[in-house]
Amino acid sequence: MSFISNLLNGISLGSIYALIALGYTMVYGIAKMLNFAHGDIIMVGGYAAFITMAANWCPLWLSMVITVAVCTVLGVVIEKVAYRPLRSSPPLAVLITAIGVSYLLQNIALLTQTANPKTFTSIAAGAPPFLQVFSGKGAVFFKANPYQDEGLKPVLTVSMETFLAIVVSVIIMIALTLFINKTKAGRAMMACSEDRGAAQLMGINVNATISLTFAIGSALAAVAAVLMCSAYPQISPYTGSMPGIKAFVAAVFGGIGSIPGAMIGGVLLGVIEILSKFYISSQLSDAIVFMVLIVMLIVRPTGIMGKKISEKV
Amino acid sequence: MSELEKNTPEVQGENTAVEQKAAETSEKSSAPMLEVRELSIQFGGLRAVDGLNLKIKKHQLYGLIGPNGAGKTTVFNMLTGVYKPTSGAIFLDGVNITGKSPVEINKSGIARTFQNIRLFKEMSVLDNVKVGMQNSTKYTTIEGILRLPRYFKEEKLMTERAIELLKVFELDGEKDALSANLPYGKQRKLEIARALATNPKLLLLDEPAAGMNPNETEELMNTIRFVRDKFDMTILLIEHDMKLVSGICEELTVLNFGQELAQGETSAVLNDPKVITAYLGD
Repeated sequence: MSFISNLLNGISLGSIYALIALGYTMVYGIAKMLNFAHGDIIMVGGYAAFITMAANWCPLWLSMVITVAVCTVLGVVIEKVAYRPLRSSPPLAVLITAIGVSYLLQNIALLTQTANPKTFTSIAAGAPPFLQVFSGKGAVFFKANPYQDEGLKPVLTVSMETFLAIVVSVIIMIALTLFINKTKAGRAMMACSEDRGAAQLMGINVNATISLTFAIGSALAAVAAVLMCSAYPQISPYTGSMPGIKAFVAAVFGGIGSIPGAMIGGVLLGVIEILSKFYISSQLSDAIVFMVLIVMLIVRPTGIMGKKISEKV
Repeated sequence: MSELEKNTPEVQGENTAVEQKAAETSEKSSAPMLEVRELSIQFGGLRAVDGLNLKIKKHQLYGLIGPNGAGKTTVFNMLTGVYKPTSGAIFLDGVNITGKSPVEINKSGIARTFQNIRLFKEMSVLDNVKVGMQNSTKYTTIEGILRLPRYFKEEKLMTERAIELLKVFELDGEKDALSANLPYGKQRKLEIARALATNPKLLLLDEPAAGMNPNETEELMNTIRFVRDKFDMTILLIEHDMKLVSGICEELTVLNFGQELAQGETSAVLNDPKVITAYLGD
């Protein structure tokens, strides 16, 4: 039973990684750059949720809307101010700029919110667990422990946060896949990722398409921020950096630029992290995650879903 | 003959000034579909195109030929806004489009194909054509995300139009195939279909017969003629294949080292000793 519980926790954490990784991979595929400030957009989203949820006037749904809006606008503004002027400069300049933006966001958070971690109230606070399994009694969904009086403890508990993270991520991934494959804006994104010049000559506005990509990526980061801070209820100016790096690993693991790759890579990475935490060593779990990346890059440098690039001589 | 060549630019300059007035006073319908005046572009010390003049009438099949490196594709890149000309002006249907962005120029009615095929290889044949229809489809991104009724209506309309266009090129059977998996000749056709999907007034074909065998070229000639008649299109093409040029082009301009070497009716131009010299050497 503990294995199932760990697996579900892993999938849940992995779904959050996948949401973040989607932002990395879409921006890489379409704007051809690595947005290392993506992790810090999560942090900003976390604070936006933290502040609005603490305010009396703000109902939960409104604070979610505000969080997504803040991140979306932030992503688009960062692209316009920091990355667009460098569109035709060498990739290294853009990469360094992205790291600069990342530090800028962290330091703004340090100045305004201080370095002290704050306790985040889960969006599912007070809700009963999604599922509890009792030996000999079967499963109970969406209820507090009905056998409390008999002193019976569940052998498997799946928290509401774990459940929400998986369900919300699955819904978003389906919606995103439909959006990319079935709408004209999605087709414009695919066309830009393949051949920006040809897309332009077919009348596609490349700047608008790249802005849209940043908007979607940042909105996904906002959702990931709320889910992550609910599952691991703490927020500090550095909250975004580790998940940001892990999601980047997930994107590379799945094949950077590939949307299904980011989804698979994210979930796999989450499962590997939680299982190695439980069965191997909780201190070494991060090291194991990065080791998996190194092995992957040696065996299959283009990632799980990446295409082999054959160089013409 | 070379002295005569050197003298002509001034004469042409006067001519265009006169013609300009004439064009302004005359009605828009009688204006040429595409008019290029003294178009030049400089890359560092190299004048890649120097004082080019072109006049293409509506419904005309016009050829731009010349030896390798003459500046033909550069002309296409200026016409489509990829390069900004150093000097000169481009008029499409009487409207000045000089220096506009590729997107604006595409919207105002010029579409092109590429010398080395540049289809969206990882997208289906149908989606390639639909990419060309982006700007004529009226639903917003929000409507697309939320799948409001207009999204379905417009997408359905778009698919129908795209399939109709594919039928013209006998590609409707392969509409769901990846465009990279089409045979070469069909990829060329799909590129023309994608360009036509943007609803152009003027179609630019950059070496459409490159890499084709004589049978495929023959078929391509029929396709080009058919496109011109069926869509009432004006076509400007770059080509090396003399059989294709002499077979379908009504008028030609010959470029050599960025300058106009000859201009006029196809048969006359091809028999011009200057042109023969430029191609074969002395």
